[in-house]
Amino acid sequence: MENKPRIRLFGVLLKAALLLVLFNFAFLLIKGVPFDRLSFYNSVFPGRERFPFGETRESYNLSLFDLDAMFASHVLNGAEKAPDEYRVLLIGDSSVWGTLLTPEQTLAGQLNQNPISACGKTVRAYNLGYPTISLTKDLMLLDQAEKYQADQVIWLTTLEAFPKEKQLSSPIVANNAKRVRKLINKYGLLADPNNPELVQVAKWDQTFVGRRRALADLARLQLYGALWASTGIDQVYPKEYEHAQVDLEASEDFHGLTSLQDNLAFDVLDAGMAIAPNMLLVNEPMLISDGANSNIRYNFFYPRWAYDEYRSMLAKQAQARNWQYLDLWDLVPAEEFTNSAIHLTPAGEKDLATRIAAALQQTCK
Amino acid sequence: MGLVEIAVSVAAALLVGALARGIWRTTLLLVLSVLAVYWFQPVIPLRSFDFWLPSLTLAFVILTWLITSAGDAWQARQNLSTLLLILGVVAIVELSRYLLPDSILTATIPPPFLPFLLLSLILAVATALLFQLSRRRQSPTITFVIVLLLVVLVLLKTPALSQQASIFFRTLANRSVDGALATDLRWLGFSYIAFRLVHVLRDRQTGRLPELSLAEFATYVVFFPSLVAGPIDRAERFAQDLRKEFRLGQDDTLSAGQRLMIGLFKKFVIADALALIALNDALAIQVRSTFWMWIVTYAYAFQIYFDFSGYTDIAIGTARLAGVKLPENFAAPYLKPNLAQFWNSWHITLTQWIRSYFFNPFNRWLRGYRKVPQWTMMLIGQLSTMLLIGLWHGVTVNFVLWGLWHGFGLFIQNRWSDFAKARFNVSNPRHQSALKLGSIFLTFNFVALGWVFFALTSPTLSRIVFSKLFGIW
Repeated sequence: MENKPRIRLFGVLLKAALLLVLFNFAFLLIKGVPFDRLSFYNSVFPGRERFPFGETRESYNLSLFDLDAMFASHVLNGAEKAPDEYRVLLIGDSSVWGTLLTPEQTLAGQLNQNPISACGKTVRAYNLGYPTISLTKDLMLLDQAEKYQADQVIWLTTLEAFPKEKQLSSPIVANNAKRVRKLINKYGLLADPNNPELVQVAKWDQTFVGRRRALADLARLQLYGALWASTGIDQVYPKEYEHAQVDLEASEDFHGLTSLQDNLAFDVLDAGMAIAPNMLLVNEPMLISDGANSNIRYNFFYPRWAYDEYRSMLAKQAQARNWQYLDLWDLVPAEEFTNSAIHLTPAGEKDLATRIAAALQQTCK
Repeated sequence: MGLVEIAVSVAAALLVGALARGIWRTTLLLVLSVLAVYWFQPVIPLRSFDFWLPSLTLAFVILTWLITSAGDAWQARQNLSTLLLILGVVAIVELSRYLLPDSILTATIPPPFLPFLLLSLILAVATALLFQLSRRRQSPTITFVIVLLLVVLVLLKTPALSQQASIFFRTLANRSVDGALATDLRWLGFSYIAFRLVHVLRDRQTGRLPELSLAEFATYVVFFPSLVAGPIDRAERFAQDLRKEFRLGQDDTLSAGQRLMIGLFKKFVIADALALIALNDALAIQVRSTFWMWIVTYAYAFQIYFDFSGYTDIAIGTARLAGVKLPENFAAPYLKPNLAQFWNSWHITLTQWIRSYFFNPFNRWLRGYRKVPQWTMMLIGQLSTMLLIGLWHGVTVNFVLWGLWHGFGLFIQNRWSDFAKARFNVSNPRHQSALKLGSIFLTFNFVALGWVFFALTSPTLSRIVFSKLFGIW
C-alpha cells in the first residue's frame, strides 16, 4: 500500500505566510492595471442611471472613491452613441444627482422622458451629478467624462461649490490626490498640490491588505448591481423627512469671509470650460426663504450679501469670457424644495427641465 | 459571532489543546465555556439581562446534572470542586463590575452585588428544592424540567409571548413598556442548550444515560465552539472525547486549520456576500421581474447554506484544536436526489435529535392504533416532525408553513418512491445519471421554494414572492 506523504505543519504555515506576503505585495506590481474598470454593469446588469452613492444597506448602493469603477457602473459607459443622439452630460452636486428622487424624476430623467431635439438630433441626457458640493469634484468628473463624446455639457452649480478653502476637502477629491494634482498641473489651478487635505497613498496602501476596503467596495458595487437590476432602487426614499430650513439664524457669516473677491475658485470654472467648450453653465435654483431672518439670509447656505455678490461676479465672468450662462437662482418656488435649499421636488425638477430643454433647443440656432 | 469572537475562541482552543492534559483539559474547557456563555451573550435592552440569562443557563445546567446524576454523585469531591469552580467563575464575572474599568466579560456592566446575591440565592434555593424533589421515588421532577425548558423555548420563539415577557420585565423594573419588542429576549444559544438538556433528561428517564461528572456534563452543554450555532452533540459521545488523552499534534492542527479556513471563507466571504442580495421582506416587494425573483431566492438558498455550514465548520475546527470531534451537521445537502436524503444531510444533528426524541417515539405510539392505515401514519409522522422542526426555528405562521411544505414534500416523495419502484426500472446508466441530475434539480428547487416561507415574516409576502416567481402577479 502506498504511504501518503506526511505533511509538516511548519512547512504549511511557512508556505502560507510566504504566499500571503507574495500575493499582498504582488498588488504593488499590478497597480497600473485598471481592473477597477472591469464591471458587471452594462453587461450582466444594466448600467446605473447615476453614480453609486449611499451610506445605508437599504439603498442598495454605496459610496466609493474609485472614479474608474464609478464610471464603469454608469449607463454612459455602455451607451454606444447613435448617429442621431445629441449627448448631454449633466455635472453638478446632489441636486443634479437627485437626492430623494427616483432616476426618472431627476433632471436627466425628466429631460429623457419627453425627448427633445437639439441641432437636428434627439437629446439624451446623462446624470453625472455627485452629492458633494465642490467645483474641483465637478472638474474631476468632467475630466474623466471627456472621452464620452458629449455634444453639450451642462454644469449646474451654486456658490457653496466655489470657496477656495472647500475645494479639496470633499472626501472624493481628497482621496483622488493623483488625479487632482494632474488637474492642478494641467490647468494651472491655484490649489496647493501639497495640501495636506489630499490623502497621501503610501506603498503599503497599494498592497492587497492596504487596498482591502477599496476592493471590498468594488465587489459590493458589483453585487449591488443585481439589486439595481432587479429593483431599480438606488437610494432610500423616506416617506417623512425634515424639510429645508426656512427660519434662519440671524447670521451674515459665509465661511468666515467678509468679501468674495479672490476667495472663489473661478480658476476651476475656467479649467472646466477648457475641457468642454460646449458648456452651458447654470447657476442652479435655490430656496428663497420667507421665514425668520430671511432679510439677512436667503437660506441655510447663504447670507444675502454673499449670494448677491456671487451672482454679480459670475454674470460678469460669463459675459467677459463669452460663456453660455443661465442664472436660474429664483426659478423654483420655495414649496418645491425638499430636505435642502438646493434639493428639488419632482415638480421643481420638471420646471428646471423645461427651462433647460428650452435652452438646449436654442443651442444650434 | 464575529471575527473577534472566533479568533479568541480559536486561540483559547489552541491553548487548551497545546497545554492542558487529563482532567485539566476538561477543567480549562469548562472555565472557558462558562466565560463564553457570558461573553457571547449580546446586549439586551432589558437591564442586566445579558448577565441574568447566561446565569439562568448555568442554573439549568447544574439543575439538570443534579437530577440526572446518580444519588450521591453531587457529594463526590470532584463534582463539588466543579460546582465551586462554576460558581467562582460566575462570581468573578459579577465582581468584574467592581474590579475592571469596563464591561469586558459581559456586554454591559453586571448588576450590583446585592441584587446578584438575592437572585443567586433564589436560584440556589429553587435548584436545591427541585433536586430534593427529584430524590423521591417516582418523582415527576425530570418531566417538570423538560416541560419548563420547552415552555421557555416556546416563549422565546413566539414573538407575541416574547413581547409580553419583555413588557412584564420592563414593568417589573419600573421602566417604560413603549419600546418593548419581541427581540428583546435574545437568549444566546438557548435553542441548542435546551435540546441538549432535554436529550440528557430523556435519556435519564429511559435509563440510557451513562454517568457523567458535572465538569463533563457542563462542558458538554455550554461547550464554547458549539454554543452559538451547534451542532447538537450527544453527551456520552462528547464525554468520550474529554476522557481520551489528547495532545494537540500537527495532524489535528492541520485538519482543524483547514476546516477553520473553509468555514471562514464560507461564512465571511460567500454567505456575507450573498446576504446582500438574498431574499428578504423588502426585496419580496421591490423585485420587479420573475427572473430576478428566482435569483434572489436562489441567493437566499445558498446564503443560508454557506452561513450555517460555515459556522459549523468553524465550530468543528475550533473544537478539534481542543481535542473534541464534534459531529458533522451538513453533507452536501443540495446535491441530494430526494427530500429524505436532503434532510439526512441538512442540520443533521437536529434531524437526528428530532428523530430520536419525537419521530420514533411518536411513530411507535401511532402504531398502537392498528386501524390507522400505513399511509396516514406516514403523513401524520412526517407532518408533525417537520412542523416541530419549523417551530424550533420560531413559532410563526411562516415557520409552520415551511414545516408543512417539507412535511407534505417528504410524504409525497415517499409515496412516489413506492409507486415508481414498483413500475419503473431504469437500467441504462446514462438514463440513471440523467434521472439523478433531474432529481437533484427538482429537490434543490423544492427546498429553495421552501425557503420563501423561511426567509420572510408573513404569508402575504410569501404569496407575493410565489406570484412573482411563477409570473402570475
